[in-house]
Amino acid sequence: MGGLPAGPVGRDEHAYDQWEQRVDALMMLLSHKDRQLLRVDELRRNIESLGADAYDRMGYYERWMHAIVQTLIQRGVISIDELGRTMAGKGGDDAA
Amino acid sequence: MRPEAATARFRPGDSVRVRDAYPPGHIRTPYYCRGHVGVVERLCGAFANPEELAYNRPGLPAQPLYRVRFKATELWPDYREDPADVVEIELYQHWLEEVP
Repeated sequence: MGGLPAGPVGRDEHAYDQWEQRVDALMMLLSHKDRQLLRVDELRRNIESLGADAYDRMGYYERWMHAIVQTLIQRGVISIDELGRTMAGKGGDDAA
Repeated sequence: MRPEAATARFRPGDSVRVRDAYPPGHIRTPYYCRGHVGVVERLCGAFANPEELAYNRPGLPAQPLYRVRFKATELWPDYREDPADVVEIELYQHWLEEVP
């Protein structure tokens, strides 16, 4: 990233998991011009503030998910408590 | 150009130096070109400043964006490929300084 030394680039196509497709859809819906609950620049800021260690450890859509959550907290769209309860499986509309 | 855009200070052919600065946040100026000298290739228009958009602020006045051409040997002194190779990077005006 940012011109820093890195390993070889993997050029093979691979399938995306369902959760990865949902993160992609979430990003598109939140940034849609009719909603504007998130800007791509905010997403990038939150990804770039991960720190090198976390950046390397997390997958592509894990970084997106982290950045979406951070942006929605910063914007006041969701509350910490709401997020915590949903992550515990007790508040989300698709909790099972 | 949009009325709320900053005035374009550089023209194609002008030599410019990229500011050697390291502010936090979302900065679209690659590290490897900071402090280096290039030549303005073209003006690409004016756009809201993404550094401000990254904090959900308006980013106005819009900043002129330039395509700047660097010699690969300027960016990487130990570059061993074709010495005629160049790199073009799109950079916002507030990152560029006049080279006298």
